[in-house]
Amino acid sequence: MKTPKFLLPVAAAGVLALSLSACGGGGGASAGADAEKGLDGRGPITYVQGKDNSNVVRPLIEKWNAAHPNEKVTFKEQTDQADQQHDDLVQNFQAKNANYDVVSVDVVWTAEFAAKGWLQPLKDKMALDTSAMLKPTVDSASYKGTLYAAPQNSDGGILYYRKDLVPTAPKTWDEMMGMCSIAKENNIGCFAGQYAKYEGLTVNASEAINSAGGAVLDAEGKPSLNTPEAKAGLETLTKAYADGSIPKEGITFQEEQGRQAFQDGKLLFHRNWPYVYNLATTEGSSKVKDVLGMTALVGADGPGASTLGGHSAGMSVYSKNKATALDFLKFLTSEETQKFYATQGSLAPVLGALYDDQELVAKLPYLPVLKTSIENAVPRPVTPFYPAVTKAIQENAYAAIKGEKTVDAALSDMQKSIESASAGQ
Amino acid sequence: MATELGPTPVKEPASGGAPIHHGPKGVGEDNAIASQGKWASWLLAPTIFALAIVIVYPIISAIVMSFQKDAGLDPATGLFTEGGPAGFSNYTNWLFQQCAAPGGGTVACPPGTLGSQFWSATGTTFYFTIVTVTLETILGFWMAIIMARTFRGRSLVRAAVLVPWAIPTAVTAQLWLFIFAFEGIGNKLFNTTILWTGSEIPARWAVIIADTWKTTPFMALLILAGLQMIPAEVYEAAKVDGASAWQRFRMITLPLVKPALMVAILFRTLDALRMFDLPYILTEGSNNTTTLSILVVNQIRQGFNSAAALSTITFIIIFIVAFIFVRFLGANVVEQQTGAGKGKK
Amino acid sequence: MTAATELRAEQDRGRKAAQNREKWASVRTYVSAAVILFWCLAPAYWMVVTAFRDVGYTYDTSLLPTHVTLDNFRTAFDTSFGNKFGQALLNSVFIGVTVTLISLVLGVFAAYALARLNFRFKYLVLGFILGASMFPGVALITPLFQLFTNIGWIGTYQALIIPNISFVLPLTVYTMTSFFREMPWELEEAARVDGCTQGQAFRRVIMPLAAPAIFTTAILAFISSWNEFLIASQLSNDQTQPVTVAIANFAGAQPQQIPYTAIMAAGTIVTIPLVILVLVFQRKIVAGLTAGAVK
Repeated sequence: MKTPKFLLPVAAAGVLALSLSACGGGGGASAGADAEKGLDGRGPITYVQGKDNSNVVRPLIEKWNAAHPNEKVTFKEQTDQADQQHDDLVQNFQAKNANYDVVSVDVVWTAEFAAKGWLQPLKDKMALDTSAMLKPTVDSASYKGTLYAAPQNSDGGILYYRKDLVPTAPKTWDEMMGMCSIAKENNIGCFAGQYAKYEGLTVNASEAINSAGGAVLDAEGKPSLNTPEAKAGLETLTKAYADGSIPKEGITFQEEQGRQAFQDGKLLFHRNWPYVYNLATTEGSSKVKDVLGMTALVGADGPGASTLGGHSAGMSVYSKNKATALDFLKFLTSEETQKFYATQGSLAPVLGALYDDQELVAKLPYLPVLKTSIENAVPRPVTPFYPAVTKAIQENAYAAIKGEKTVDAALSDMQKSIESASAGQ
Repeated sequence: MATELGPTPVKEPASGGAPIHHGPKGVGEDNAIASQGKWASWLLAPTIFALAIVIVYPIISAIVMSFQKDAGLDPATGLFTEGGPAGFSNYTNWLFQQCAAPGGGTVACPPGTLGSQFWSATGTTFYFTIVTVTLETILGFWMAIIMARTFRGRSLVRAAVLVPWAIPTAVTAQLWLFIFAFEGIGNKLFNTTILWTGSEIPARWAVIIADTWKTTPFMALLILAGLQMIPAEVYEAAKVDGASAWQRFRMITLPLVKPALMVAILFRTLDALRMFDLPYILTEGSNNTTTLSILVVNQIRQGFNSAAALSTITFIIIFIVAFIFVRFLGANVVEQQTGAGKGKK
Repeated sequence: MTAATELRAEQDRGRKAAQNREKWASVRTYVSAAVILFWCLAPAYWMVVTAFRDVGYTYDTSLLPTHVTLDNFRTAFDTSFGNKFGQALLNSVFIGVTVTLISLVLGVFAAYALARLNFRFKYLVLGFILGASMFPGVALITPLFQLFTNIGWIGTYQALIIPNISFVLPLTVYTMTSFFREMPWELEEAARVDGCTQGQAFRRVIMPLAAPAIFTTAILAFISSWNEFLIASQLSNDQTQPVTVAIANFAGAQPQQIPYTAIMAAGTIVTIPLVILVLVFQRKIVAGLTAGAVK
């Protein structure tokens, strides 16, 4: 029987598929070998980072390139979306791309990438001095006691409020809720953070739980949500939403929507990131330009536990020029560069001393508040299963805040989901 | 006048080409068929090759991977190690909503895991597909009829109709997110305070409205092309015979436009079953707007092999839908008028 | 009254009634056209208004343009932060045109074979082509990325063109096939009787008649390729990225700020060439069968 000719290309594709898929897919097992390679390599490298909003990276790279003509750095810029950045890095690491030498990783991805064997452990020959850095930032860049990335810049939550309406900044959650009567008098919402079903909800929910003394994961990385503290923490949000202290539209808020509501004068208190300061005080439509107050987040009996944001710079195990990469990491964490991040890019530095630098405080008035925030910060759950864990938190916290589930049921389901995700399959 | 439509079968080519038959195959015609087959191979080869590389290879690759377990964490080293062969477990875990239990074995997936969302995502996908395709067909048909008429300014209408589809999906999604914001123009225009992305029914309708707005032009364009193939004399003759507008529509327009209409509906359905961009950007799949594709993307972040299994399941679901379509709903785009076709005349 | 005048009176009434019906029909048509225009253009209008609005007033909901500025357009084209929007526009056009031309040619070949020729496995081929449209696109990316990385095609134009062609082909083939089935092939036969070869007959007689199908398919292919984002985001680099990826790369001046006004400006810029294209070609889309051709 004559074989239909058209089947040949299909067969060819099939063979190609089977052979290529057999070659692909390395695992943690071989990572040890890759980590030993290229330690002395010097040469041009590529630095991968998400969108450089404030034009900080290019001048830095130019400076480096001028001083190191044989070890030039090329800047590969990703999109602005965290999810896409994550997926892009995963794709390239899975393909063992040697062209991604130094990559900027969000603090929540460090554990995942380290566990998959994609990041070079920064110890022994590749060691980096972290003594001058804020401890929470170093912790968030480590996994199982080893440093896997160099903290680059940091971020913490800030509680914004209306100086004209609020007599003194609240020190605890109950104090803040007590001031909601002021909001009612002025016909505006009392408090809002980010509660849409996305990463920002994990941030806010973790902050609520941590600020009440609870924890999502314990020291061994096992979920510990069935505690009275965790319950009290999550209840602060659910109760506030139920009685209207958090306005109903808060359930659709991401960072931008919340900022908009606050700038329009519709919120008394607002939890958001430092970037709001720059926009709320300069945008034409902002109604809170001159009455913007900032303080640290509030918790059960004192400052709340902000979530740690920010990025670290990691070295790929597949890089061929690791010596150059290490020097570049040292450059990124040097005092001069950190200062430049702050002045040019409004990005919080990781070197503790800079928070007391007068020149910086003049430029970024929120630095003292931010330092308190970061010092008291608790990282989001440090786990290699972060995508599954954040999904579990988002789904259940969202349902709890909307009142579709009791807090007990939500926490119990969160616990079970995280256990299932970490069961390795 | 003949009510059968389609070209009258051709009897004999004048020269050169292969004969086209419309009767049972005879013995001596195998050679003729064979040479047609050779022609066909050459004409079809580039298409099949392009599809094989870009589509078949990834599909086979994904299917191979779906029989592997996702990497597991070795508690001693804290590093991930390759999962071994999984048999069908990835598939059964999705279909029965089973997740790994801490001590080994499986347990019903708790709410908050992706595994617990399989059936609701399937339901949501079908809901979106049925509603959007129906709306888009009706609206698209209406638009096509208007566009086919002669009136001043019709070129403006034709260009305007394509605008929704021409704007890149990313921009459209941001635009509708903007319009549907609580403080956005949507609520302001109609003086409502609907939390569009905040609860199930508004969120689903936000996705449906945005998708319908964006994709109706696709249907309208295809149906318009189909309408253009209907000769005007057929309508004239019907008018002379006293047929009303509705009768003309039912007896002439519908049957004659059916091939183009069926292609449009078929492809639109296949696309709707794989809907991803709009619900992802508008709601990130919250409030019961998670489609199967969104579930796949979320799963890819947690373990690619399981995601491959889910994609294959989705593929099979879509295949079944297409099969039903072609078999029973008459989307038989290649009704054979030759050989083993339905007996006519 | 005589029978003749009665008849004429009746004819007059009939004519007036017909004219009235036509006027009503015409009014209905214009009203429908207006509704369609509104439905299609209202959200686009909002996009354009926002595009011209000062970024500090992004969330202003006044219907008429306020705080009008060209800044957003300047920001879109600004290359100082590494935005390569102008380059991306050219890329999209290049990729779109290439994909359209190639998929049209392949589609016409395949449609001719499927509609006209008789061969074994025809249904299998049709099923195969349709089946290519059934796999979730999101799951194709990882294997494709690995494949293209292995053969070093990341960041090349072919890495974008070939997948786009494959995504567009099933629709192209099916559309053209269903139209070729409806073609009056006896015209081709008549031309051959008159002395043309099969190829000439096809080119000179059938292709002009297939013009609406071809131009419709061309627009479908072009816009599908124009809209494609998922594959492009993974397989392109700075030099080759199309507008969809470039727009996704827009960022606000601050981290976490979403530059709505700039995105709307980009959307406006991107839509204009397409609208012009359609305006230019729209006659071809609706060229009908000439009367008498079938006879």
